[in-house]
Amino acid sequence: MGADSGSQGPPMDGAARAPYGIGVEVLRTEVNRRHAQEQTPEETNVMTSPIAGGVDCDLHPAVPHLTSLLPYLNDYWRDQVTTRGMTDLVSQSYPLNSPITSRPDWRPAAGKPGSSLEDMKTQALDRFGVSYAICNPLYGVQMVFSEDMADAFCRALNDWLVKEWLDKDQRLRGSIVIPVQSIEKSVAEIERCAKDKRFVQVLMLVMGDMPLGKRAYWPIYAAAERLGLAVGIHAGSNYHNPPTSVGWGSYHIEDYVAQAQAFQTQLTSLIVEGVFARHPKLKMVMLESGFTWLPSYLWRLHKFWRGVRMETPWVDRAPVEIVRSNIRFSLQPIDAPPDPATLNRLFDHMQSDELLLFSTDYPHWQFDDDAVLPEGMSSDLVRKIMIDNPHATYSRLKSAVTQETTP
Amino acid sequence: MNVQFRAGAEPASTVAVKSAIADCDIHPARATATELYPYLAKRWHEHLETYGKHPYQGMMEGPPYPKAQPNASRRDAWPPEGGPQGSSLSFMQKQHLDPNNVALGILCPLNTGQGLRNQDLSAALASAINDWQIDKWTSQDSRLKGSVVVANEDGPAAAAEIRRRAGDKNFVQVLLLSRNVEPLGQRRYWPIYEAAEEAGLPIGVHAFGFGGNPITASGWPSYYIEEMVGHSQCQQTALASIVLEGVFERHPKLKMVMIEAGFGWAPSLSWRLDKSWQRLRGEVPHVKRPPSETIRDHIFWTTQPMEDPERRDHLFEVIEWVGWDKLLFATDYPHWEYDDPSRVLPAGVSDANREAFYLDNARKLYGLA
Amino acid sequence: MTRHVIAPVEELPPGTRKFLTIDERPIAVFNIKGEFFGLLNRCPHQGAALCEGPLIGLAQSSDPGEIEYTRLGEIIRCPWHGWEFDIRTGQSYCDPKRFRARAYPVNVEPGASVVKGPYVAETLAVSVESDYVVVDL
Repeated sequence: MGADSGSQGPPMDGAARAPYGIGVEVLRTEVNRRHAQEQTPEETNVMTSPIAGGVDCDLHPAVPHLTSLLPYLNDYWRDQVTTRGMTDLVSQSYPLNSPITSRPDWRPAAGKPGSSLEDMKTQALDRFGVSYAICNPLYGVQMVFSEDMADAFCRALNDWLVKEWLDKDQRLRGSIVIPVQSIEKSVAEIERCAKDKRFVQVLMLVMGDMPLGKRAYWPIYAAAERLGLAVGIHAGSNYHNPPTSVGWGSYHIEDYVAQAQAFQTQLTSLIVEGVFARHPKLKMVMLESGFTWLPSYLWRLHKFWRGVRMETPWVDRAPVEIVRSNIRFSLQPIDAPPDPATLNRLFDHMQSDELLLFSTDYPHWQFDDDAVLPEGMSSDLVRKIMIDNPHATYSRLKSAVTQETTP
Repeated sequence: MNVQFRAGAEPASTVAVKSAIADCDIHPARATATELYPYLAKRWHEHLETYGKHPYQGMMEGPPYPKAQPNASRRDAWPPEGGPQGSSLSFMQKQHLDPNNVALGILCPLNTGQGLRNQDLSAALASAINDWQIDKWTSQDSRLKGSVVVANEDGPAAAAEIRRRAGDKNFVQVLLLSRNVEPLGQRRYWPIYEAAEEAGLPIGVHAFGFGGNPITASGWPSYYIEEMVGHSQCQQTALASIVLEGVFERHPKLKMVMIEAGFGWAPSLSWRLDKSWQRLRGEVPHVKRPPSETIRDHIFWTTQPMEDPERRDHLFEVIEWVGWDKLLFATDYPHWEYDDPSRVLPAGVSDANREAFYLDNARKLYGLA
Repeated sequence: MTRHVIAPVEELPPGTRKFLTIDERPIAVFNIKGEFFGLLNRCPHQGAALCEGPLIGLAQSSDPGEIEYTRLGEIIRCPWHGWEFDIRTGQSYCDPKRFRARAYPVNVEPGASVVKGPYVAETLAVSVESDYVVVDL
């Protein structure tokens, strides 16, 4: 245990506590008492307002239909799509009408949620006053098995993003969707799109064919690091493996809950395989992952690493240090206890204020009204999450942008 | 030069070894390959010698991810008379049960017939292991209690074995593993839950096993450390399945123990489950209550491997969130990630909580109070 | 300090160790390639009999997949949790430093390429006098 004995914690008298922060007066009183000691007079337990000039690190512009990509496909692929009757690439990860897929007040009368730029401006960009917004298209291209087909669709998707989104609003930035079915083609697509400085990130899914730390993927990370791109790992599966580590469940809710566990195993893989020993400047962002699981996860990883160090001797720093230097998490969803004071205790467990990046996860339903930030946050922390941390992570955000067409 | 320091470490409190403890995860082993033969029909002797065991992973000798120590066990736990660690009752008594004042030891036999592709063999081995537990362990040392091992992939056979052992005071729980062919909440396993609830036995879900699925949702990892840390994620998902399939709505009297997968993740999983259920409960109308309440009411946690944050106030906060009344002390003897009872809990715990943690919770759960 | 004669040198050839108790303290003396080192037989982590563990080398890496394996027989793995300790100094190896020049705060002793972990096993001074192994306690 550490030398810092810290506070004594809530009274430990053997009385059973209600679980997980659900309204137990004694626990609430105790943590509020300690929290109040840290608060300044202006900070109270009311909704925390966002500040202007932030960066929304996770929005999802929707491809209306596979035919929307036809203008961006060559003749062969255009005809393949139409003559073989391919309709749409909708992943089970986000069933179109499922509650999380769209907040009710963000669901359009017709068409897919997230398919209208005007709606995105009103509902997210203007509403939360951001200066930059990073688009992470979630379109089922990763589920395709053929690497050539995947490559064609990814190129089309990235071109579509540029023409129909990035070109139309100066705040928008993009993530490069890559055909991980082929590492070579992925690297080529990264290099192609990176010429357009509005691309700030490479996008991969958290549930793919192999753990993300595997060396076969490293040319992708090398290219990203070299070009100053972050690598974003987003919730979702390509369904080439069962979508949980214990097989196929029955329900969408199981798949969704299981995303958090997938982020945990992927973090282990990335850390112990030594991705950041080889690529120390690379930043990876866990998107729509949740983060309240992070402290207890790191305790376990650290504990085992100390005993099995010799298996992966290139892990030359404690895992928690690697997370602090190279890994970030988007804010939404916040899998928080109902008691805001308990969430503040969790922030303390995380022992770093540099890990979180502001996000709305638009149009997914993770919060109501304007309550995108947790209650009772200090203005310093709001500024870090909304502005400082994203800019430190995405070095290309402030690059001078000429409206270069992506070749 | 005599140098002794543990930079930055707080002195661990020492439980007086005279205070009795419960150890809710002990792994007895077979001394020889044929030790189970007396409890197995003859046809299985020849079958095992000819065809062997076919688990849901390729290796017939040893595990696919090599362990950190031989037999995944402490190197000082080899019995002097021979045989692998954990195979000698007298040595277990001498090295562990007596000096640590174990008043209640729960046996969780591993490497049995669970997770085998041949269901008839699995059932035969399960029954044999249960007979062996009585003969070699629980009838020889009254501090020890057994777990009913079952053919985990064959619901009806497993239920039959549970019914056979119901009421037998040698057993205090049913044993399952966390990684199976399907997530544990799936209906192929429902006969097990029905029989256990009927018999008044809790179910211990021990980390491990193979069900033929890659051990992450993104394929097979490279290293043993990934498997070890990954037991936490597999247990989380297995528990989520149990809750979201409504197992406890169907079996309100059933209790379960999460064994050897840690407990620090319980609060964050509960919060995520609650939040998802609030949104998506239309998909699972059979789930009638917030998942965190179900977990609170039905789930217990063995403590090993004990969470080990730098700051003990963080550990205590997490325990508060989980509940001092839900933890069951365990050492995992004779495995290498053994938690020593005198070192595992830092100073600053009330007597009531200490007693609950080390003994009282286990006695109550297993009906031995 | 009292000097205790452990054994004649020929009873402790290279690669071997001898367990004994002095003043109720369990210790072990190792012969590492002709040099002698003493350790208290108690792991600073959870108190296991550290000196009963296997002797291995030190695995280091400057790049994932590349392993430099040196100092064979000089590192002991605790028989419980497998933590590695340097027989010569008692230093643990569970928090090593990076092997490339980098700017971030770590504790490094000049000339050492591996940062010391927070745990140190207790060592004892061992010398050879007139063909006898002697421990200063």
